[in-house]
Amino acid sequence: MNSAQSVSCAGAVSGGRVIPIQPEVIRERGQREVFCGLTGIIWLHRKIQDAFFLVVGSRTCAHLIQSAAGVMIFAEPRFATAIIDERDLAGLADANEQLDLVVTRLLSRRPDIKLLFLVGSCPSEVIKLDLSRAAQRLSTRFNPVVRVLNYSGSGIETTFTQGEDACLASLVPTLPATPPADAPSLLIVGTLADVVEDQWLRLFREMGIERVGFFPPRRSTDLPAVGPNTRYLLAQPFLADTARALDERGAARLPAPFPLGVEGTTAWLRAAAEMFQVSAETFEAVTRPKRERAMRALEHHRHQLSGKRIFFFPDSQLEIPIARFLARELGMQLTEVGTPFLHKQHLAEELALLPANTQLSEGQHVENQLDRCRAQKPDVVVCGLGLANPLEAEGFTTKWAIELVFTPIQGYEQAADLAELFARPLRRRMRLVA
Amino acid sequence: MQLTVWTYEGPPHVGAMRVATAMREVHYVLHAPQGDTYADLLFTMIERRDHRPPVTYTTFQARDLGSDTAELFKSAVRDAYERFRPQAMLVGASCTAELIQDDPGGLAQALNLPIPVVPLELPSYQRKENFGASETFYQLVRALCKSQALPPGSQRPPRPPGQRPSCNLLGPTALGFRHRDDIKEITGLLAGIGIDVNVVAPYGATPADIARLGDADFNVVLYPETAAQAAAWLQRSFQQPCTKVVPIGVGATRAFIQEVAALANIDATAALNDPRARSSWYARSVDSTYLTGKRVFVFGDATHAVAAARIATEELGFKVVGLGTYSREFAREIREAAKLYDVEALISDDYLDVEAKVAELQPELVLGTQMERHIAKRLGIPCAVISAPVHVQDFPARYAPQMGFEGANVIFDTWVHPLMMGLEEHLLGMFREDFEFHDDAGSSHLSHVVSAAPQPRPAPAATADISAQVAQPLESTGGPVVGAVPINDAGWAAVWAPDAEKELGKIPFFVRGKARRNTERFARERSLPRITIETLYDAKAHFGR
Repeated sequence: MNSAQSVSCAGAVSGGRVIPIQPEVIRERGQREVFCGLTGIIWLHRKIQDAFFLVVGSRTCAHLIQSAAGVMIFAEPRFATAIIDERDLAGLADANEQLDLVVTRLLSRRPDIKLLFLVGSCPSEVIKLDLSRAAQRLSTRFNPVVRVLNYSGSGIETTFTQGEDACLASLVPTLPATPPADAPSLLIVGTLADVVEDQWLRLFREMGIERVGFFPPRRSTDLPAVGPNTRYLLAQPFLADTARALDERGAARLPAPFPLGVEGTTAWLRAAAEMFQVSAETFEAVTRPKRERAMRALEHHRHQLSGKRIFFFPDSQLEIPIARFLARELGMQLTEVGTPFLHKQHLAEELALLPANTQLSEGQHVENQLDRCRAQKPDVVVCGLGLANPLEAEGFTTKWAIELVFTPIQGYEQAADLAELFARPLRRRMRLVA
Repeated sequence: MQLTVWTYEGPPHVGAMRVATAMREVHYVLHAPQGDTYADLLFTMIERRDHRPPVTYTTFQARDLGSDTAELFKSAVRDAYERFRPQAMLVGASCTAELIQDDPGGLAQALNLPIPVVPLELPSYQRKENFGASETFYQLVRALCKSQALPPGSQRPPRPPGQRPSCNLLGPTALGFRHRDDIKEITGLLAGIGIDVNVVAPYGATPADIARLGDADFNVVLYPETAAQAAAWLQRSFQQPCTKVVPIGVGATRAFIQEVAALANIDATAALNDPRARSSWYARSVDSTYLTGKRVFVFGDATHAVAAARIATEELGFKVVGLGTYSREFAREIREAAKLYDVEALISDDYLDVEAKVAELQPELVLGTQMERHIAKRLGIPCAVISAPVHVQDFPARYAPQMGFEGANVIFDTWVHPLMMGLEEHLLGMFREDFEFHDDAGSSHLSHVVSAAPQPRPAPAATADISAQVAQPLESTGGPVVGAVPINDAGWAAVWAPDAEKELGKIPFFVRGKARRNTERFARERSLPRITIETLYDAKAHFGR
């Protein structure tokens, strides 16, 4: 799991670029108003359509997922919780037996499941219920119909989007290997809306990059192959463990900013284009119309957002790339950019693009951070759902951070949608007179 | 280990949060890992509270487990006291912290804070949210009132002559189903008959208010799920009697008025016929005739489910075909009520059991929680919500109590609205071939009800069990659920003649499921090899109500 890494942003040199002078990163610990990694199940189960996520945890875990999902649209969703009770705590042998019973019952009810994730939680970690052994045992039993994997989404180890990281990292060893003499291929890593994947697939094709895979795939039977000829682009900034696992398979990461906003998307695409020797002319010809269209769309929002001061509470690790986009493409002023975890290496290109004097913070002490937020009096506050209405009641305009994870925001066509997410609360506040 | 898809109740510490959040000047320090703060959004989003719940979470991480989580807890308590300066504190553990056994109560006591600190022991692996709320309220009442309890053997002095009688309203919490409006309705009702409300608790109360609960002459237990335990202690310690009737429905409201009048020793006869009690007249109005014998399925917390079954039967003329609760603590109350309606009580917190039961019974109206709303939506059955667990829709901007006479009016409107209007129902039956009345058109006033009604078909395999049938993964198809009907123990399977099947199709969709079920039952009981048009009408004559 991620451990805290120290980042010195003051005039450091990273990847050959000089990073602008930044104040010390505020590092705090205390109450965190952030979801745990279990929450990732909400989008992962929609993405991988034949996978099922079985949380091995407490009633709290079950309640968390159903509350975070907000609505119960799906009468029988592709996730559930095996709720640990008193008897399971009395003896781990029984707990394993019980887990096998629960899985057997589940799989007999749901013959459509091809891939089952046993998802560890705080209680399962604390009682040291070994889910990797359970997954092996159950995989053997249900082979070849169902594969069983495990990862931890526990709050003592993961924050919010790190759940996706842990899930994907657990899948990497099961990816098929590419043949040794295979031509280089590109892998896009991180859960994205299908519409975004399809847009990029068209862009890469137009540039002549044909061998493009997405991870995670829409079906567990379509896992992309990986090997020394794989070059991968992270589409999300929170995939530290997944990247490490891919590196171990011989794949190589293409360093790039993240594909948020026109600038980020262009730089991100360029990293692939350069690797696959797409000519500058072709790159320009393919991306230019899209870039120009996206910039026209952003224009609608610039007058509204320019000069407005924004404050980020930590949530999804998307904060830094989004702050970079809002500052550089829409002229917003960054007061504090909080992130639950700062991955120095994967964010090197992003940090280099941040305006000088951007105050970053990592981790959280929510009371102290609220004090700082109130003192800053920002025009927009990006925060979780637990803080949004109370801050609105204090007179702040807020943007729910979780919407940034549940909305397609990556790529050219979505750049204006991302801006709109910040413009709408401001516009709304101006409209409401009563 | 229990396989759980959706849960009706959260963990017990969420119940404690419902008490703490309802109150003022209280702070709850919860020993809990990252992620447990999700519970804040229940209050800020579902209930749209404009303040954060008064809860501090210690947010311990894996790396803290090896070092000193106890110290982390102590500093969280100290900091929370310094920052919020509450009148009283609650301390406890969530499920994970319970496992690491740091003893939050002992640690907090050791800090010698100058305020009452109430330790909560809520067993997360055995109990649930309502228990947590009840236990928290009880512990808080006990801790704050016990110094004023009547000495053993002494008698409560009688109310001085000329002083108006007073009572406490016990049980309303944050995230409660219409608690905000019930308080107003019942306070108004009591004022109308000359009874003052001393303290409402926990909703809106401070610890100082709790400490003066003993001043009232008696207690009104609005929600036994959260208040029965505290009221029983108050009865023992202050000789304060408490009410047994929950005033939901016109009949229960009248019984409640008589009960409180007796406890307060006053005459309240005049209040029994409140002109605002419109629901009784509406139910007698001829346009309500079509409600007669509507088959309803009732599920919720015990208090609301028992009340709903009684209102359905006595005040609307429905027929209760199923009654249940997710609350095992109140199984006895539900079983007793079920006997009145000659149905088997369903005591289950497994959503899939409830769904299977609704599919089997094919009621014409479901009165349930938000969970049952989803079940009913999938099955194409009208539904009204009567109980927690709550949804943002259960916090309407308007005044919409469940209790008292106005509550009965609200209930009448809420339950009748999802049903087909009487005349419309007849027209649909008469002219079902009309292009505007075809099955998929639904009813004109119900755009939100799924337009395609369920089309129960014989189950394909005689071995399939009901829950598996009901639990088809529908999200991919979006289609209506397949009813699970025509298999009996002996393996009899319904065979419908094509013309009988076609005739069945002429019956309006909202009674077609019942017609199919009755016809198949009729055929099965007579071991008929084939269902013909004649069988259909024979069955209709046999079962006709």
